[in-house]
Amino acid sequence: MADHTGSKPVHQAEYERKQHREEMKQQVISFVMMILFTFVAFGMVMAGVDSFFVIPVLLLLAIVQVVFQLYYFMHMKNKGHDMPALMMYGGAAVALLTIITFTTIIWW
Amino acid sequence: MSTAVAQKRGLAATIWDYLTTVDHKKIALLYLYSGGFFFLIGGLEAMLIRIQLMKPDNNFISAGLYNEMITMHGTTMIFLAAMPLIFALMNAVVPLQIGARDVAFPFLNSLGFWLFFFGGILLNVSWFTGGAPDAGWTNYAPLSTTSPGHGVDYYVMGLQISGAGTLIAGINFLVTIINMRAPGMTYMRMPLFTWSTFVTSALILFAFPALTVGLFLMMFDRMFGSAFFDVALGGNVIIWEHLFWIFGHPEVYILILPLFGAFSDIFSTFSRKRLFGYSAMVFATVLIGFLGFMVWAHHMFTVGMGPIANSIFAVATMAIAVPTGIKIFNWLFTMWGGQIKMTSAMLWSVAFIPSFTIGGMTGVMLAAAAADFQYHDTYFVVGHFHYVIVGGVVFGIFAGLHYWWPKMFGKVLNEKLGKLAFWPFFIGFHLTFFIQHFLGLMGMPRRYWVFLEGQGLETGNLISTIGAFFMAIGTVIFLINIVYTAIKEPKVGGDPWDARTLEWSIPSPPPHYNFVQTPLVRGLDPLWVEKMDGKKGMTPAEPLGDIHMPNGSILPFMMSLGMFIAGFGFIYQVDNSSWLIAVFIGMGITLGSMLTRSLKDDLGHHIHKEELEADIKKGVGK
Amino acid sequence: MSHDDVLNPKQMPHDPEKATLEGKNKFLGFWFFLGGETVLFASLFGTYLALNGSTQGENTPENLFGLELVFIMTMLLLTSSLTSVYAMYHMKNHDFGKMQLWLVITVALGLAFLGFEIYEFYHYIHEYDFTFRSSAFGSAFYTLVGFHGGHVLFGLCWITALIIRNQKRGLNLYNAPKYYTASLYWHFIDVVWVFIFTVVYLMGKVG
Repeated sequence: MADHTGSKPVHQAEYERKQHREEMKQQVISFVMMILFTFVAFGMVMAGVDSFFVIPVLLLLAIVQVVFQLYYFMHMKNKGHDMPALMMYGGAAVALLTIITFTTIIWW
Repeated sequence: MSTAVAQKRGLAATIWDYLTTVDHKKIALLYLYSGGFFFLIGGLEAMLIRIQLMKPDNNFISAGLYNEMITMHGTTMIFLAAMPLIFALMNAVVPLQIGARDVAFPFLNSLGFWLFFFGGILLNVSWFTGGAPDAGWTNYAPLSTTSPGHGVDYYVMGLQISGAGTLIAGINFLVTIINMRAPGMTYMRMPLFTWSTFVTSALILFAFPALTVGLFLMMFDRMFGSAFFDVALGGNVIIWEHLFWIFGHPEVYILILPLFGAFSDIFSTFSRKRLFGYSAMVFATVLIGFLGFMVWAHHMFTVGMGPIANSIFAVATMAIAVPTGIKIFNWLFTMWGGQIKMTSAMLWSVAFIPSFTIGGMTGVMLAAAAADFQYHDTYFVVGHFHYVIVGGVVFGIFAGLHYWWPKMFGKVLNEKLGKLAFWPFFIGFHLTFFIQHFLGLMGMPRRYWVFLEGQGLETGNLISTIGAFFMAIGTVIFLINIVYTAIKEPKVGGDPWDARTLEWSIPSPPPHYNFVQTPLVRGLDPLWVEKMDGKKGMTPAEPLGDIHMPNGSILPFMMSLGMFIAGFGFIYQVDNSSWLIAVFIGMGITLGSMLTRSLKDDLGHHIHKEELEADIKKGVGK
Repeated sequence: MSHDDVLNPKQMPHDPEKATLEGKNKFLGFWFFLGGETVLFASLFGTYLALNGSTQGENTPENLFGLELVFIMTMLLLTSSLTSVYAMYHMKNHDFGKMQLWLVITVALGLAFLGFEIYEFYHYIHEYDFTFRSSAFGSAFYTLVGFHGGHVLFGLCWITALIIRNQKRGLNLYNAPKYYTASLYWHFIDVVWVFIFTVVYLMGKVG
């Protein structure tokens, strides 16, 4: 840890702050999008849009929201997230397989 | 636990040391002792089963007790014997193979062990409290949901607790292998045992949550009146089967893959050649792990999933034979042209190849969905899975124990006794299980308490029982060998096999910080690379300096003890709600310990340079 | 260097949660745990989807669920996700006070969410006689949503403990990974909720 004890040059600290602000801006934008998607999802159901159309759209909106959550809020887009991404995709693959099974070959 | 404590200590101090240890080498020993203990219990249950089936219409044990025996034999062997023995090898070896001083989460490592231990004890307490679980190790609903008494409740709580421990251990090994490798130890320089541990841990991570959920649903149905498997209220019993096998099929790869890795290391060491087709072996391991998740429904061909689902799962299952075949041939080519030394470890490994291949072949037979309707629930299946699990996993554990015993205990297991144990076990194994394929084809169903006279099943069953006794003799000789070795055999140095990988570059048993200086890895089989360059040991990657080590803690033991107490509360609150007190006390102990853990800073301790220099003078460095 | 020193903002590394080996391990291990949790919740969702037609009498998803309440709960949880993002933002800028404040807001929003969920369950049980035991659908519904609620409760206790424990100490390299993993956990709870409101409530209402 010795390499961290030295004081940081001022310009680097400023640069980092700017970077953080930039990232925060992206996160606020993704939050706004998520709220928007939620409004659309609830709106469609309350308006009674045909279920043949609405179910795929609902699922799509949910998946996009979750992508925002994972990549922006949880920083999966940043460097050093290869292994977390690998394991999340692994989990998602098994999850998908499980859900397909339970909706198709479980009888009735 | 600094090195100064290594002086003369009383028994109580030693016990306290093991209760609080976070050292991966000591945790390996704990896994070994408790896994070995449960292996003997499971073996005893197997003997009782075989004695019961020795002759037609036998009445050696009652029908109910027989059901408990088969259930507990399967459950014990898979969850309480094979898994911990594999974890014993992983804990003892993997950190050393990658040049690490400890695992990534020493505290969680200890917690994983104690959870497994208390889960196993809880399960076995059922023998003394009115009957063990009796619905088969697969515990299918509704047989399990309607089973009277508390046997199945013990199954649910015991496996839930020990399963949590396994999940923790899996995450721990994943992070250890990713973050704790020594400089130069790239992924494609890792020994095969480390690679297979990595893939296995990923399988644990994705497979065990399905079991967790399955057990929760079963627990809610049996103890809290929910209706998941109650058809009268709209439940569906197939949910259990799917959840169980989504976990259960990866589980058999979780069992076999680490030993594939162990065999790979053993073959290359005792052939004095680098492993043939290293990258193909890595690829095959990953591929088996991947395909392992796509095939679970081949256990359910006769359930009525329909021809399309059956065909998909049949083809996926057969595909696994391809990477497994790659492995078999690579092992053969590793030996081909090598300077082979037939040690006991090598004997078990060589015997594994044909035995496991037979199991693989019957596996492909069973994968043919149409034919499976004939084999399903007969002794053919019993023969098949014992060929892969005994011929693969148990042979592998014996081979791995012989190979790494000097690293764990500083003494080589006696070779004569080692071979003497091998032959009766090997012959007994084939006597017991080969004939069972034919018994199955003749129509003998599995899990039946008795078979009848005059159906041509007598001779086969008698041969099978005789074989089981041979296996028992082999096991007893192995135990004698352990005692004999501990008393009579001399201490050996760090590298008794003239081996190739990092764990052999340090003393046996290693000091508790493993490496005085982290080694620099310069290629596959790093120790061999140095030997070929005419050096005696590894080149250090860092100057001699203070080493940071974690502190021991009693909290993992307390957390697990709390779960154990709460387990009894959950089981018996059905009869009398005052047992809920046990739930609150138990969960209180567990959560309280967790809170203590997070409120109290634990920064570990340092081993100072001066102590290390003193150790080097005593010969620890090389 | 002792971990207990409150770090001078000028000396704090860029990613305080990953500056030590322990921090790196925690970060990775926790992500992997979330990978496993994905399978856990998938198994619960699968069970729910397999059983959501197994209703008893009038208590079908369409009749039971009221979207207004679910909408409010969704807004609460989504917002709490943003507030914990703000907390991590201030952690990276080494502003301990603001980080604590945003976490307190997160906990408050989470508590409100949990309160609404308890009210919802209470409402179903007393108004509709729809319980854990009344049908396979009931069992599956309460188990799935209840598991999520249990996660919320655990997360609240965890973050509260962190806030109280470190109030006097400030941010350092020892507790930064703890804060960071807690915020990951909180986001994951939100991920699960997105699927719950979509699959259970909205799709249940559509039929």
